[in-house]
Amino acid sequence: MTLVAKAASTTASAVKPRLDVEKIRAQFPILRQRVHGKPLVYLDNAATSQKPQVVLDTIERYYEQENANIHRGVHYLSECATADYEAARGIVQSFLRAPRASEIIFVRGTTEGINLVAQTYGRTNVGAGDEVLITAIEHHSNIVPWQILCGEKQARLRVAPINDRGELLLDEFEKLLTPRTKIAAITHVSNALGTVNPIKQMVEMAHLRNIPVLVDGAQAVPHIPVDVQALDCDFYAFSGHKVYGPTGIGVLYGKTELLEAMPPYQGGGDMISSVTFEKTTYNKLPYKFEAGTPDIAGVIGLGAALEYTQGIGLDAIAEHEHDLLEYATAKIREIPGVRLIGTAAEKAGVLSFILDEIHPHDVGTILDQEGIAIRTGHHCSQPVMDRFGIPATARASFAVYNAREDIDALAKGIERVREVLG
Amino acid sequence: MAELRDLYQEVILEHSKAPRNFKKLAAPNHQAEGFNPLCGDRFTVYLDVEGDVVRDVTFQGNGCAISKASASMMTQTVKGKTVAEAEKLFEHFHRFVTGQSRSEAEVADMGKLAVFSGVSEFPARVKCATLAWHTLQAALEGKQDQVSTE
Repeated sequence: MTLVAKAASTTASAVKPRLDVEKIRAQFPILRQRVHGKPLVYLDNAATSQKPQVVLDTIERYYEQENANIHRGVHYLSECATADYEAARGIVQSFLRAPRASEIIFVRGTTEGINLVAQTYGRTNVGAGDEVLITAIEHHSNIVPWQILCGEKQARLRVAPINDRGELLLDEFEKLLTPRTKIAAITHVSNALGTVNPIKQMVEMAHLRNIPVLVDGAQAVPHIPVDVQALDCDFYAFSGHKVYGPTGIGVLYGKTELLEAMPPYQGGGDMISSVTFEKTTYNKLPYKFEAGTPDIAGVIGLGAALEYTQGIGLDAIAEHEHDLLEYATAKIREIPGVRLIGTAAEKAGVLSFILDEIHPHDVGTILDQEGIAIRTGHHCSQPVMDRFGIPATARASFAVYNAREDIDALAKGIERVREVLG
Repeated sequence: MAELRDLYQEVILEHSKAPRNFKKLAAPNHQAEGFNPLCGDRFTVYLDVEGDVVRDVTFQGNGCAISKASASMMTQTVKGKTVAEAEKLFEHFHRFVTGQSRSEAEVADMGKLAVFSGVSEFPARVKCATLAWHTLQAALEGKQDQVSTE
């Protein structure tokens, strides 16, 4: 961020302008459509967000005007593509406040970022009898890669518990940090409940015992400002598509010392300095972890999405979504028979609920007929559902383009569910 | 536009709220568990098969209105039928809820199960309507593994 921009954002946050949601909505072409004859009310943002015109245009422009392979061509197009690809890395670096651009590795998404760490750092450092610590509110993508690793290495997966509001029990988390713990992998924001974990504190606890921490930032990055240096986490992974960018592209941030010491994840082109049949020397960071031709258009599109997000400002987005969440929580609670699942004091962007004996799947179908898109099911968090003794929830999740009218439509839709199934 | 009332017909709602044969059999000689991991629907189907005939069939578990009503009506329909008849019926039912068979004869053949005609307009719900049937088939075939309609 330039000094001028910084000054501007300070002034802006001092007067706390409300977002111009109408203007923002107009930047998302998909929101203009009607579903089943009703205006689309898109409240499935924790699954994936919609894309603003600028992201769509950036991807189209890339394919129309500069498509070429990167890091190898001497020709004009390859130079343009390489420059834009690396510029996007710089955008991600500033977005996460990472110290170095070489600590930003492009992957397919959060899932691949976590698997990368499990299969490289994990395989090298976790052995028989060791432990990996996660929490009870992880997405399957921050459970299964560690389970695979622990199975392979005869290590143990430990799980820090939560209370009935869906908040992590910090004391229990701390107790589970033992001399056998080789890494802690924790979500920043729960996708099923919206709980925001106190990452900074958790990292401090782990670092006191020299345990590195990976943070799953998939649900945090679109909603709250993230500063990996302030958090002091060792790894941070997120997905582009949840933050107004394309699918199939994501980021793993890692501290240089750790990334340097880790073996490569995949072998192939671009990740090498030199290859003979006897020996290969690996490329420097970040290329060591970027084997093969990457999703160049995806990276450039992600850069555009993060610039778009920064343009609005994550403080402003967080404030707007917090307002929506409070409005929605009050409104939905008024409806008879509704039980909210996940009522943490610190929450972001997610409202999970169940309605009497009505199965969430039926809720989802009826809301869909009203043009309202929500997610129903276990949200890839079966252990969270088990913890609350329910098979599934209905989940509404918010983004910058949602307005209070969307919540009103949701509340009306839930009344309709009761009419149809009541 | 697909009509919600076509999907959630009164008979379906009634069965989902008060499912028939919703219990464990005392001594089942066949049983299987069906699970839709994406929705969290989970049913166990219990069978008492003597020779070639399904003498009794019951189920237990949790699921949406469609899957529960379908399981309930399946138990009513299948009871007393031969194994071959039950399997044939599932084949017809599957074609019916996926919209592949709609001739008068085929609708007549469905009998009470014709209330599930609306399902074909909601492709995401076909797996709900067929979960219990897949589970029944697995139980009849003596499969040990959990079945899934995902």
